[in-house]
Amino acid sequence: MSYIKGLKCRECGRHYPKECLYVCEYCFGPLEVDYDYERIKKALTQKEILSRPKNLWRYRELLPIDGKPTDGLDSGFTPLIRARNLEKLWGLKELYIKDDSVSHPTLSFKDRVVAVALSRAKELGFDTVACASTGNLANSVACQSAVAGLKRYIFIPADLELSKIVATLIYKPTLVAVEGNYDQVNRLCSEIANKYKWAFVNINIRPYYAEGSKTYGYEIAEQLGWRTPKHIVVPCAGGSLITKIYKGLKEFYKLGLIDAPKTKFYAAQATGCCPIITAVKENSEIIKPVKPNTIAKSLAIGNPADGIYAVATVKETDGAAESVTDEEIVEAIKLLAQTEGIFTETAGGVTLGVAKKLIEQGKIPKDESIVVCITGNGLKTQEAVVDKIGKPIKIKPNLEAFEKAIN
Amino acid sequence: MAIKVRIPTPLQKLTKDKAEVEVQGKDVREIIADLEKNFPGIKERLCDEKGALRKFINIYVNEEDIRFLKLDQTPLKDGDEVSIIPAIAGG
Repeated sequence: MSYIKGLKCRECGRHYPKECLYVCEYCFGPLEVDYDYERIKKALTQKEILSRPKNLWRYRELLPIDGKPTDGLDSGFTPLIRARNLEKLWGLKELYIKDDSVSHPTLSFKDRVVAVALSRAKELGFDTVACASTGNLANSVACQSAVAGLKRYIFIPADLELSKIVATLIYKPTLVAVEGNYDQVNRLCSEIANKYKWAFVNINIRPYYAEGSKTYGYEIAEQLGWRTPKHIVVPCAGGSLITKIYKGLKEFYKLGLIDAPKTKFYAAQATGCCPIITAVKENSEIIKPVKPNTIAKSLAIGNPADGIYAVATVKETDGAAESVTDEEIVEAIKLLAQTEGIFTETAGGVTLGVAKKLIEQGKIPKDESIVVCITGNGLKTQEAVVDKIGKPIKIKPNLEAFEKAIN
Repeated sequence: MAIKVRIPTPLQKLTKDKAEVEVQGKDVREIIADLEKNFPGIKERLCDEKGALRKFINIYVNEEDIRFLKLDQTPLKDGDEVSIIPAIAGG
């Protein structure tokens, strides 16, 4: 049963049918899914949600498909961890990590958006899917489309981390490494999408795809006992995730599932690629594109599609924006591993590093609830830390050698 | 001076379904003017009431974003390629 009324331009409000469309023909604004919230309100109660399996489809009415979900049936519902060691270290009252580094099946939050994108792509009649990716999306599209039996073309910047290439190739897609940065890959893919009738998950079916990120926000609210945190720190690349978590909380409120959210949103980027942070700090209406130069490759988007909406989310919620250097990213990755046992990728280092900075600056108060969004797994970006974590102690296989080595 | 311009799907109704057209002009501004001459109505899709490029449109000259060049005054020469691309993509 469908709860989609159609698509609607976020800028000028023009209506479009629920087809493979992504920008307004008139103003080029992004199209968004328009839901029948009246009917959703009747169908989706706390009791109903709690009765369903623990995956992202427990919020199915708020996701943009017409029929039954077909993909990512075990994705989502990742742990929300109480970070007691970091609380103690930083003198905080209530800190949580929403941990998508253990997302099924490809260890990043992209499994959420791909689950929705593929389910919708099939409904729209596509037999081939594609994407422009900084790595995590490549892994998830390659994986889930293999399971779904779809043809798959994946486009990445040629300098991507080896693990992200391996974790894509294993699913046997056509993997195209483009000589250029992500923004160049993305531009090329827009041109390809113009010519080939493929479902580019983050281009021509982006209105559906992007909705999957809302489930990250729904889960935080549900896992906190149907309440929202006072503060949430979110990594920003294209700016979609932060925008969609905010939308998710507002929808939950609209449906009467939670009280009015008073959550402040904080945008986190790497100093080597921080167009969203710059726009917030300079109070700018436009996003100035940059040429990325950071180890946080999964966040290295110099020309963020949802940048202005990410900035608006921060401003509307009275949050803030901050960036961290590559050195701070590595320190934060190590800290999260050594305190909470979570080995995150560089993007997670950005988020935790920024959280630390904002707490030190007094922008996030120590006595209120905070959620830090960890969206990817450290095994995929080992290059970033491999030379900064020491080496194993090599010994001969006898007791004397061991005791000599440790003393 | 012939400049090849790639037209995004949402504007191809105006170019009689052509994904690529050839126009004349010494810079991006002149290209937009010549596009309007050949395909009336296209300029108001690309530019707002003040004549500035709409914020959800990116223009590239030979694969480089004109915001890294000289915006709509980016100079063009014979054989250059211009791409008009919706900004909302990726991520």
